[in-house]
Amino acid sequence: MLENFSFRTIVEYLPLFGQGLVTTVWLSLISFAGALAVGIVLSAMNLQRGWLFRVPAKAYIDAVRATPLLAQLYFLYFGLPRLGFVLPELVVGILALSLNSGAYVAEIIRAGILSIPRGQVEAGVASGMTYVQRMRLVILPQAFKVTIPPLLGQAIVLVKDSALLSLISVAELTRAGQLLASDRFMPAEGFITIAAFYLLLYYCLKGLAALSGRWLGLQPARSST
Amino acid sequence: MIWQQLQSLAGSYPLALRGLGMTVVLSLISLVLGTLLGFGLGILRTGGNRLISAAIGAWVDLIRGTPFLVQIFLIFFILPELGIELDAFTAGIIALTNLAACFICEIVAAGIRSVPTGQVEAALASGLSRWQRMRQVVLPQAMRIVLPPLVGQYVLLIKDSSVVSAIGLTDLTRVGWLVVQRVPNGLLVFFLVGLGYFIVCYPLIMLARRLEQRMGAAHGEVQL
Repeated sequence: MLENFSFRTIVEYLPLFGQGLVTTVWLSLISFAGALAVGIVLSAMNLQRGWLFRVPAKAYIDAVRATPLLAQLYFLYFGLPRLGFVLPELVVGILALSLNSGAYVAEIIRAGILSIPRGQVEAGVASGMTYVQRMRLVILPQAFKVTIPPLLGQAIVLVKDSALLSLISVAELTRAGQLLASDRFMPAEGFITIAAFYLLLYYCLKGLAALSGRWLGLQPARSST
Repeated sequence: MIWQQLQSLAGSYPLALRGLGMTVVLSLISLVLGTLLGFGLGILRTGGNRLISAAIGAWVDLIRGTPFLVQIFLIFFILPELGIELDAFTAGIIALTNLAACFICEIVAAGIRSVPTGQVEAALASGLSRWQRMRQVVLPQAMRIVLPPLVGQYVLLIKDSSVVSAIGLTDLTRVGWLVVQRVPNGLLVFFLVGLGYFIVCYPLIMLARRLEQRMGAAHGEVQL
């Protein structure tokens, strides 16, 4: 059994875990902002009538959804230098997370916009609003509400996915656990500690999702993360 | 130069086939085990016992709240410390099965909860046993809700199986990683790796979409 479980070593390595946690948090925040940007552009392309924008957006979304993040990460990590972009691992990781999550965010936004009843659009048209006015004043404010809880669900997925960046040696939370495991041969101490930190982040985001649902007056939807 | 690389790539096709085989075997075994376990857990979760239900809920939260990579490390490195020797393949199967079971448990529980209570009461009044009620009344109706996300979950499972490459299993992703050390063309190598996953996953994604439409229509919901 784990009778040698050493809390002392965990305390000793706490600064390292702290740094890892902070790195995980801010790289997730940047990646999520990136994912929102990618998702907004993709969903705008996807909702066009003409095929010129719609088809590439759909192809991109399907390609991302049908392949594992790890393969996408390696694609960028081993592929970008070949195109002449030699970037730090951290940047490659943030790029991969943004591009990956962006595809899912695009689907969430699209579902949110499509969930607005047709009558709302028609009322906008009947009131003589332009396309932009309809989007800005009628559809987006309503769609925004519906998308918040699933977006927070996607944020949870993103934080967990960021653990994969440890495989291209980004010094985030999982990497800190690996270091303790390999330096001191203490995998239990290393991995149980980081699991606890990830759970902390998970419960924070989950609580936020539940709160946002209540603030926005939505039904307590069960997120499918 | 590109010609040389293509030749070199073509030479490593037995390795690629082995990797694809490993990915398929891993996914298939844990898919079957995870589905069985997930249905069992889902039925228990909605069964009347609060203690069991809470325990399952807590376990599902633990699994949903931690990265899959960390779960694999925990299983692969810590179970041996508890005296359970296991190789990478077994560790991968355990991790994937557990992950699938937890997600499927929640899907099944949601499906069962969606069946109106009147149905259960009617079954009770007809004198059906617990087992008959579940098998003949509740589950068939729950399946309409369960099926689309279940197929979606299988896609996630196949994709998550790539993470077991981190403990040294030679699955498709690991093969890509190995090949790229010899053929320095990451774009091409991982494009092909991605293509391998795409061929397996994309039909399933389409199936999930079709099911969602069909099940929605069968329910008499209006498609806007």
